[in-house]
Amino acid sequence: MRVALDDVHVRLGGRDVLRGVTLEITERRVAVIGANGSGKSTLARLLNGLVLPTSGRVLVDGLDTRRRGRDVRRRVGFVFADPDAQIVMPTVAEDVAYSLRRSGLSKRQVAARVVAELERQGLADHADHPAHLLSGGQKQLLALSSVLAADPRLVVADEPTTLLDLRHARAVTERFAALEQHVVLVTHALDLVAGFDRVLVVDDGRVAVDDVPEVAVPAYRRLMGC
Amino acid sequence: MAALAPPATTGAAVLHRIGAGPKLLGLCACSVALLAVRSPAGIAAAVAGVAALYALAGLGPRALWSQVRPLRWFVPAVAAVAAVQWWLVGPLAAGVLTTRLVVLVALAGLVTLTTATTAVLGALERALGPSRRVGADPERAALVLALAVRTVPVLGALATRVREAQRARGRERDLRAFAVPLVVGALRQADALGEALRARGLDD
Repeated sequence: MRVALDDVHVRLGGRDVLRGVTLEITERRVAVIGANGSGKSTLARLLNGLVLPTSGRVLVDGLDTRRRGRDVRRRVGFVFADPDAQIVMPTVAEDVAYSLRRSGLSKRQVAARVVAELERQGLADHADHPAHLLSGGQKQLLALSSVLAADPRLVVADEPTTLLDLRHARAVTERFAALEQHVVLVTHALDLVAGFDRVLVVDDGRVAVDDVPEVAVPAYRRLMGC
Repeated sequence: MAALAPPATTGAAVLHRIGAGPKLLGLCACSVALLAVRSPAGIAAAVAGVAALYALAGLGPRALWSQVRPLRWFVPAVAAVAAVQWWLVGPLAAGVLTTRLVVLVALAGLVTLTTATTAVLGALERALGPSRRVGADPERAALVLALAVRTVPVLGALATRVREAQRARGRERDLRAFAVPLVVGALRQADALGEALRARGLDD
């Protein structure tokens, strides 16, 4: 898995959100930290083509997100901060099955995949429940299940634990840590990134620090003046 | 569309196993047939029939009540209609008319309780299949319905949050202080949903 950003600029609504980002990501665990409005969410959305660069280009396994968006999104799953916005089907199992709608699998194969995925996330007992009856943490695990059902190679998550209490945040973090997929995690929870291979600190539209957590996190604290 | 109600006991009873298509067609047929029922005896038979169907589905009186209960919001309207009918055609016919309405809602509720949303959407998609020839997209039409069902509780939660915030600031009676954040919140939710659908490959 290789993601490459080549001098990427993004201009949104008359504001330069990203100003010249060049990166190559091959590590399995990469965290993105930075202040609100620094551009880190935009950076995350570049990776699956939800945001396209104003200039420069983004390649995922050699596929340009501008021309091959569809193939890129098959490889890159995205988990949002608010699971309520991400769950599109009324019941738990149906939402996971939605990810498999064009997989070419038979009805029975889809059902088996859905059950397996829900079991892995500890949601099997809730398969036929309405999604809105789940707790916030369970909803986020459902969002993750639906993303994983499509079998992506990279999972990008934009502050997936922000809306969760401590216990659920920990549960979701543990699931992310256990993934076999590559992970790019945008977060404000600095204690979560300790075990990561690489941490990018985004500041004012640029990658200000790019290092291991032991170096990048203290540098970020200094940058924020706290 | 089990999502609107407490979790349906899927697959347990006979009615759950009938396909969504036949069930919807059956609902249509029963509704039309009910319109022809005029006699008190006929309507009593219909009430007994619906109660029997609920029992057949393994659903108790409480489930039946939960389906009919939302009608109470329409009680003033129903009462007005009933009063006019009373005056026009007499009390017996007015009673038949009102009971017929309740039976219709109970019947539709029964279909809702015993059918998974995906099954309803699948049936709808098949039914809309021929419209593909005139350029319609049945899959997308079905998705819109699923999103509508899914969005009801999400917007309900949003309304609760807005009302709580309002109460915390002592502005319970201010309609604008309720409507503006609700509409803004709903639009933001719609944006986020659109983004999520794109991320899940809707337009690909």
